[in-house]
Amino acid sequence: MNAPRFAFLSRLLHWLMAAMILAMLFIGIGMVSSLADYHWLLSIHRPLGIAILALAALRLVNRQLNPPPPLPADMPRAIRLAAHASHVALYALMFAVPLVGWAMLSAGGYPVVLYGTLQLPPILPLDVALYAVLRTAHTVLAFALFAVFLLHLAAALMHALVFRDGVLESMASLRPGRGGQG
Amino acid sequence: MNPPLPPSSRYRLWPPRPALLAGLGATGLVLGVTAGAFAYAGGFLSPGRLTQTRIVDRFEAINGLHPGFRRNHAKGVCVTGTFESNGAGARLSRAGVFAPGTVPVVGRFAVGIGKPFLPDNETEVRSLALSFRPAGGEEWRTGMNDIPVFPVNTPQGFYALMAASAADPATGKPDPARLKAFLDAHPESARALGLIKARAVSSGFADARYNGLDAFRFIDAAGRSTPVRWSMVPLDPVVAQAPPPAGARDPNYLFDDLIARMATGPLRYRLVVTAAAPGDPTDDATVAWPEGREQVDAGTLTLDHVEAEGPGNCRDINYDPLVLPDGIAPSDDPLPAARSAAYSVSFTRRAGEEKTPSEVTVPPRPPGAASSETPRPATGG
Ligand code: HEM
Ligand code: HEM
Ligand code: HEM
Repeated sequence: MNAPRFAFLSRLLHWLMAAMILAMLFIGIGMVSSLADYHWLLSIHRPLGIAILALAALRLVNRQLNPPPPLPADMPRAIRLAAHASHVALYALMFAVPLVGWAMLSAGGYPVVLYGTLQLPPILPLDVALYAVLRTAHTVLAFALFAVFLLHLAAALMHALVFRDGVLESMASLRPGRGGQG
Repeated sequence: MNPPLPPSSRYRLWPPRPALLAGLGATGLVLGVTAGAFAYAGGFLSPGRLTQTRIVDRFEAINGLHPGFRRNHAKGVCVTGTFESNGAGARLSRAGVFAPGTVPVVGRFAVGIGKPFLPDNETEVRSLALSFRPAGGEEWRTGMNDIPVFPVNTPQGFYALMAASAADPATGKPDPARLKAFLDAHPESARALGLIKARAVSSGFADARYNGLDAFRFIDAAGRSTPVRWSMVPLDPVVAQAPPPAGARDPNYLFDDLIARMATGPLRYRLVVTAAAPGDPTDDATVAWPEGREQVDAGTLTLDHVEAEGPGNCRDINYDPLVLPDGIAPSDDPLPAARSAAYSVSFTRRAGEEKTPSEVTVPPRPPGAASSETPRPATGG
């Protein structure tokens, strides 16, 4: 059988970013409650977060070029809607969380150091009240990302273990090409 | 394996099939483990762990909550000026600030207490925080104190000392038994506090020597790393602090004297970098390195403008000691990472609060008053 799959680049981006985002959630939550590891974790957090932002943009372009395969024809409307809504939410958060991270450091007057002498310019002027709002927003949005990720993970497992409809396989495949044509 | 279900019935959840129950169970297990790992990483499952939040909470518990103010070094005043590098530091560090040239600086003088309205007194630690801002280059922030060594060498020690030296609400003084218990458990702090108490205190902010205390590493152009500490050494002659007069001192005498001194001309300090010899401890801020270590005079700091804390000036800077340019790196000293973490919490809290004007105000200069430089607008941005 050659069921329809995501394009190889789509799969590569999906799993690479899944690992990066999950790592970022753990680094973020870990560093704000660790005295000894705070600094070195934050110095990974910034460049990794910016890399996610860049890859999210690439991924959105790739999605236009390589649209996802159709969902199983017999999938109920409610599940389709839930799948669509959760993917929209994941995309929105993949952009919002790192953008807010960059914006909050800008408003807080911090240099946005990536590595060595490599720095990003501020995207907001110094405004500490705004920094405080964005700092809270970064936490709330990161937790929202974690929550939607958990739902997404649950859905993927349900597809694989209960519905057995090939949706997990459409993303979790190592075969080249998109399948579907026979 | 179950026989494949007819299409579309595979999405039906009722009546529950065995596969549904097994799948739900496995899914629940995976979610539980993932969420549990997240909670563990965030310290939610280890309430005993010392975190930046708990340190800042203890500052607030001891000092009270003073909205908009730093949780430590709360009473301060903003200064600006320049650092003129003579190029000598470039031998040890490739950081742009040490190349020959002039760099704008935004600084803050403060006293090391968490209460912004406390009257100045003779024993308080005085501090100078600086942000060096080379045009188009990388920023360097540092906070220095006028003590020879730091009282503790770990954040845990800091946290314990805070509690041990807090005023007992009944007497208004630290409880001697608690302090003694702390010092018995921390001989390094007993030694360091002895040195701090015995230090020669200068007459004010202007003639104090400010020491970075923590060890860092300078990295030169070839990648060679040298453990260092640094100090700002005043060019004003050091005048020993007179004993307190019979009457009460003016509650803001330290700051008023500084402002009056700056009205007569800029303050100058030399940036002196001390390189460790092999074997000198870099992870213990309670221990001074022996005399005779190599010292490099890297240039002159000139502070020519003073103003009250306000929007966009030093008030809105977090003098995080780990905002470092390429060419300056942390050492194995555990304090800077802990400071960076705790200052971030303090900064985040005060950034979000309504601002109360500082006790320290800077009177407008009378027309024609002596001043070698024209006052410049705040350069906090
Ligand atoms: C997908 C990307 C990102 C994720 C998932 C993420 C996640 C997190 C999380 C979970 C926290 C802890 C929040 C809390 O418990 O309060 C955090 C904090 C933080 N993040 Fe991110 N973040 C991302 C991108 C970024 C970026 C791009 C930057 C900056 C360039 C950044 C800068 C920070 C900073 C400065 C903190 C807080 C440090 C502190 O308060 O001391 N983050 N992040
Ligand atoms: C933080 C981690 C993750 C993020 C941000 C994420 C995001 C996404 C997004 C946005 C899509 C929609 C397709 C696209 O445009 O790429 C998708 C599809 C998918 N993801 Fe994830 N994902 C993550 C982790 C996972 C994990 C851990 C699994 C499996 C255990 C998984 C399984 C799937 C599957 C099966 C699809 C295909 C769904 C469909 O065909 O509609 N994802 N993911
Ligand atoms: C683990 C030990 C330490 C803790 C927990 C601690 C905590 C703090 C906190 C919470 C602030 C307020 C930050 C802000 O809101 O901007 C502060 C300010 C300051 N600290 Fe520390 N500190 C520690 C060690 C040190 C050491 C070793 C030095 C000196 C070398 C130092 C010098 C300063 C200075 C100069 C300021 C004031 C900076 C300014 O004017 O903005 N601290 N400290």
